[in-house]
Amino acid sequence: MTGMALAALIVLIALFAPLLAPHDPAEQFRDGLTPGGQPIASTLLTERSSRFLLGTDSNGRDLLSRILYGARVSLIIGVLANTLAVTIGTLVGAVAAFVGNPLESILMRFTEVMMAFPTLLLAMALVAILKPSMWIIIVVIGLVYWTWIARVVYGQVLSVRELDFVTAARALGAARRHILLRHILPQLIPTIIVWGTLGIATNVMLEASLSYLGIGMQPPTPSWGGMIQQGQSYYRTAPWMVIFPGLAIILTVFTFNMLGDGLRDALDPTQQGKR
Amino acid sequence: MWTHLARRLLQAIPVLLSISIITFVLIYYLPADPARMYAGPSATVATVERIRHELGLDRPLHVQYFSYMGRMLQGDLGFSYRKQIAVTELLISRIPFTTALILAGVFVELLIGLPVGILSAVGRGSWSDRLAMFIALIGVSAPPFWLGLLLLYWFGFRIPIFPLGGAGGPLHLVLPALTAGLGGAAWYARMMRSSTLDILAADYVRTAKAKGLWRGLVIWHHVLPNALNPIITMAGMDIPWFIGGVVLVERVFNWPGIGRMAAEAIETVDVPLILGTVIFTAVIVVLSGILIDIVQGLVDPRIRHGQR
Repeated sequence: MTGMALAALIVLIALFAPLLAPHDPAEQFRDGLTPGGQPIASTLLTERSSRFLLGTDSNGRDLLSRILYGARVSLIIGVLANTLAVTIGTLVGAVAAFVGNPLESILMRFTEVMMAFPTLLLAMALVAILKPSMWIIIVVIGLVYWTWIARVVYGQVLSVRELDFVTAARALGAARRHILLRHILPQLIPTIIVWGTLGIATNVMLEASLSYLGIGMQPPTPSWGGMIQQGQSYYRTAPWMVIFPGLAIILTVFTFNMLGDGLRDALDPTQQGKR
Repeated sequence: MWTHLARRLLQAIPVLLSISIITFVLIYYLPADPARMYAGPSATVATVERIRHELGLDRPLHVQYFSYMGRMLQGDLGFSYRKQIAVTELLISRIPFTTALILAGVFVELLIGLPVGILSAVGRGSWSDRLAMFIALIGVSAPPFWLGLLLLYWFGFRIPIFPLGGAGGPLHLVLPALTAGLGGAAWYARMMRSSTLDILAADYVRTAKAKGLWRGLVIWHHVLPNALNPIITMAGMDIPWFIGGVVLVERVFNWPGIGRMAAEAIETVDVPLILGTVIFTAVIVVLSGILIDIVQGLVDPRIRHGQR
């Protein structure tokens, strides 16, 4: 429940960022820097009051507004990349398990090869090759992440296809496509929902990591990972530039992890009573 | 066991070959021009063409691939465009640093993760279990680069116990290892807890308890070896992610390892260095997968005796 409420809250923040943000996230305020050219500290950390609640970054931009807007990038990439990954993973896993050899070996071997790539390095190389943009990042994260889902779905279809109701459908003369779509896929829905949620958490983290390495969303678009990268050079004098965007990442990843855990407990009876 | 191991090693060959082909094709279709990067921005078109020819970049894809693989089998990974040093030499100079970081990180993961998971499962439902699992859920949600910067700020800058990055003595390794390991520790605490709970419910554990065995002995002898099994499998699947995390940690701490070198190679389109680091990491990933298999055989007698 808490997970659901927090997730709704984050989605609302992303949707209504323009209404919630106290300032324009891209505006470089003249009073956003100290006379010495340093970022302004967060009001939460010092007694001095300023109009920047979470302080400013090294360009004199309002940190709070940038974090609120950053939720958009994180969520859009996290959700869309994960939709892509779940779609590819489910297709590959289900088809491999259901159709059988030789397609099964080919697909699962390919999955294994893709799993042996160090995930982040592969994503970095792909983004660098294709030049970073939001759509490219979504596609790349989707292409990197589907292998896990394929493995899980593959295992599940292998066990489901031996169950009595599938044998019965086959005995009644149902077409293979009918069996796959009507009898097997519905059995996978809990898995897909759980992974669809947990995966958002992973992909928000992947996007933040890419942005931190400087190959994610390009400035001036605010992204949490990019903000931490910018803050790294100032972490001693302006730690808030690192702390607050990081808290935003943690809250989002935490929320979708918790929601996924909760959904797993609710949807998967075999996992019940474990918590 | 040995035939199984031999089969796994043989299976690794097509996997590694596929990885080398995929990497090669990806780099071949790179929009950035490696010859131009090599020649520098002020070079004339003729110079760039000459360099392209000298580097063999004007040859067809399959010719380049087979000549690269041929040289690789003789231990020659070419020269870095940027640094003008043999790629193998660069790799060898960085391997000790990354190995140290990985080993120390895994040590932190297991040292914290496993005991916390077991204690949580044993004291299931208690406030300490709830608190540990809440912290673990936050731990798996924290980006390693953020955690690293925070550790640097507190224990390198505010309370100057540890150096502010770079490599040197064992003190230099502490913060990077914590950064690399804490997220994993949280993850393994969660996994170990759920795995231990499964085993605690098993009949043989009830029997052992019914016999009146001391509780610690039941856990050490009956629960722990069985609960570790799924964890070891998971550790095998986790390696590529862990290495990804190492790239981030090396960046935060300016740690002179392979991850940082790979990131630099990708940024500067240093083709031989990208190929070298990616293929090398893939070899490590595949080999550690096999190592995990061996460890699993040692822990689980069912596998050791070939009943698989």
